[in-house]
Amino acid sequence: MGFKKEKRLGLAAFIAMAAPLVLPISAKGEVFELSSLANLYEGVSFDHDMHIEAVENNCSLCHHHTAGTPPEDQTCIPCHKNSPEAESPACSSCHLIEPFSSTNLSISEKNPLRHHKVKPGLKAAFHLNCMGCHQETGGPVGCQDCHAMTEKGEKFYNTGQYTPKAGNETAHH
Amino acid sequence: MKKLNRRNFIKGSLAGGIAAATAAGKAKNASAAGGDFGGYPDSMGVLVDLTKCVGCRTCEAACNKEQGLPEPDKPFDDYSVFDEHRHGGLPRRTTEKAYTVVNRYKVEGREHPLFRKIQCNHCNEPACLTSCFVNAYTKTPEGAVIYNPKVCVGCRTCMIACPFYVPAYSYSSPINPVVKKCIMCYDTRLKFGRPPACVESCPQGVMTFGKRKNLIALAHEKIEGNPGKYVDHLYGEHEVGGTSWMYLSDVPFEEIGFDTHLGKEPIISYVKDFLAIVPMVLCIWPALFTGFHLLSTRKQANQEESPKA
Repeated sequence: MGFKKEKRLGLAAFIAMAAPLVLPISAKGEVFELSSLANLYEGVSFDHDMHIEAVENNCSLCHHHTAGTPPEDQTCIPCHKNSPEAESPACSSCHLIEPFSSTNLSISEKNPLRHHKVKPGLKAAFHLNCMGCHQETGGPVGCQDCHAMTEKGEKFYNTGQYTPKAGNETAHH
Repeated sequence: MKKLNRRNFIKGSLAGGIAAATAAGKAKNASAAGGDFGGYPDSMGVLVDLTKCVGCRTCEAACNKEQGLPEPDKPFDDYSVFDEHRHGGLPRRTTEKAYTVVNRYKVEGREHPLFRKIQCNHCNEPACLTSCFVNAYTKTPEGAVIYNPKVCVGCRTCMIACPFYVPAYSYSSPINPVVKKCIMCYDTRLKFGRPPACVESCPQGVMTFGKRKNLIALAHEKIEGNPGKYVDHLYGEHEVGGTSWMYLSDVPFEEIGFDTHLGKEPIISYVKDFLAIVPMVLCIWPALFTGFHLLSTRKQANQEESPKA
């Protein structure tokens, strides 16, 4: 019985953890955590509803041709002028976490679709999509304006509690 | 044993001379083929899209951690380093503590400054490799230019040979100073088919990792597909015989610190004719002329000895 309970708890925890990855599919009117890549920085609390308002319901500005609205990107239009909503319009369903792994490279090499052959990885897709717009519209553009640095990040960037002590400089540059 | 007389000696030296001439000819043909090498067919490369870089320095931090380099002078999220300059107002360069650095360029007429990451470009026919007399350097089939610090004698010839001023020197080590540079993460990543740490760390997708030949095709598609966005030049496609790292820019390359006068010839082409003569001169001439000398002085020596006999 105890074992079963643990199992059920584990399943619940799994669903809770996976939720941010699954939720965006039906994410109208929600605030969710973009945390699948959280490592050096914490996840981003993304207000989908607010962004829908900001782009005046033009989903294609971010979702290219997968949201059922007419595409904006010139490269998508020839093929996807009338494409319906994709099975999953979430960023992570097309943009890979590891775009340059040897497996993914050989898959993309064989992809006959010119504009699908090379697409940014998930991290790059997030930043290119967000930052491009934020620079134009005055949204946050600093790293920590969107996500706080983790302790691992401080170690990685030699900052915060891991800031180098003064006096270690080398003279040669 | 055959008696060495005048006739046999001349025969022998003639045969030797012909053999040497043939060998030199062969060497010349071989190095000429080397000039057309153009890199390993399936070597990997990185395409850098300079229009995307925002100067966050994450690649510098990733390189520092992956290569186990010493603690930096300033945190990697300190952007005051972009104001640092070396003697003569030159921007930062690679050092023994940093195999890659990002520099900022203010470009007139461009809304934002342009950021450019520098590291080893991993030439198809590396000048460092050509210049190294202890053969410390290797160009691997994967595309990386690696080196063996155990055989490096610290002569710094490669630092002078490199057209991109990339190899740095461990000046901090008085006992055994050696050359230090980016190895495209060969030991820890590239040879296992994974991209270099800087490529993976970049939040902006500035760098695309893939087979060099595919990247060249991709770059030209990008230039053609976005009329007016890029300068119609893929830096590194042909420069000094081609490099594994190649660059796309929206600003003329000479304005952002690239040397656009390097030409298409690999550096080895400028020295191979001369270098082919070196072994001949060093090995054959001393023996040949010693022989002539002995021959011409033998008569005299015999005459000097004969009165005693």
